Amino acid sequence: MEHLEFDYDGTGAKPARAFALAGVVGSGNLEVLIEAADLGGRCAAVVDTSVRGYGETWRQVLADFFARHAMSDVRVSINDGGATPAVVSLRLDQAAAEIKDASA
Amino acid sequence: MRVARHSFYEATARRRVDGLLDQNSFREFCGPAARIVSPHLPALGMPVAFDDGVVVGEGTIDGRKVLIAAQEGGFMGGAVGEVHGAKITGLLERAADVKPEAVVLLLDTGGVRLHEANAGLVAMGEIQRAALSARHAGVPVIVAIGGKNGCYGGMSIVARSCDWIIASEEGRLSISGPEVIETVEGIEEFDAQDRALVWRTMGAKHRRLIGEIDALVADDMGAFRSAILNFVGRPRPLDLDALEAEHAMLSRRLERFWDCADGRDVWARLGINDPAAVPALDADSFNGLVGALEGGRS
Repeated sequence: MEHLEFDYDGTGAKPARAFALAGVVGSGNLEVLIEAADLGGRCAAVVDTSVRGYGETWRQVLADFFARHAMSDVRVSINDGGATPAVVSLRLDQAAAEIKDASA
Repeated sequence: MRVARHSFYEATARRRVDGLLDQNSFREFCGPAARIVSPHLPALGMPVAFDDGVVVGEGTIDGRKVLIAAQEGGFMGGAVGEVHGAKITGLLERAADVKPEAVVLLLDTGGVRLHEANAGLVAMGEIQRAALSARHAGVPVIVAIGGKNGCYGGMSIVARSCDWIIASEEGRLSISGPEVIETVEGIEEFDAQDRALVWRTMGAKHRRLIGEIDALVADDMGAFRSAILNFVGRPRPLDLDALEAEHAMLSRRLERFWDCADGRDVWARLGINDPAAVPALDADSFNGLVGALEGGRS
């Protein structure tokens, strides 16, 4: 297992909901828990992954995610079972769509 | 226009809960944000899940208050670890206190999570005791099986300790799984690769025909919901007479079918004219057949 922590500038609104969960921890899959958090406008990400040595890839995938979704005061927590970057981005987008959805 | 079918089989545990309960009625206990995760998996270098693979909470179904647990089959095969088991046990103990109209258990599991061996085994005993306590308090416990893992190991024993079992054709119910039987008894005895054989032995249709499950439904969220509603508020007797009647049924069954080598032999002896056709029947046709058999018996 490898534990990674990242920190990014917040760029947009606070999320509509308290939290959202996307995905299931399995081989080649992951779960993304996204939560509103009081981070002084910044965004944070915590990753626990079963595959070691991909810290730089995680940093880039998460930077891309926060750049595409303008959000602030958000914490992303990930339990990863060895998902590819494309699957990671998909689950992040699913979680972001849900936490931004004020109607649900 | 054909309305898209909402598959129970394909849904995650959370989608199953959402699909079965009244809209926005679900309130989760010990949800993912609480991060009550397995204390054992990190020591083995394995990833945890924020809900330890089971969703528990309360809600309503057609306005009737129920407690519900849904195992996530995608996380470690729905297997029961220490936290996972404690969440189900706690839900059933709560049922004995607050007396909802039913507890609904959506099981999708291979049984004990072997990585947490002793804690998982203890959890099985605790879940079974709590299920019987809920039943003793007059709360019916309803099991629904229709996921990828079926219902195996200790959880199959739990399922048969409950009031009612509903399953789709995709569902399977057995203590040992196909691979375990093949490993222990040899491939000549049981070929785990033979899917048709697996379903003739452990599949929901066979279990329905020999009286171990109470309703067979199509793989559809609405069908599961209707079948669950039919059992809400209907506890079965839990007393010595009921236990002795069950033992008598099992003795009669053994006497009647002991020499059958295959599910088809059992079905033929039950009076089904074309046993080979049973696996291909859809849920409606199959239930028509069950109705005809039960009508013929009385």
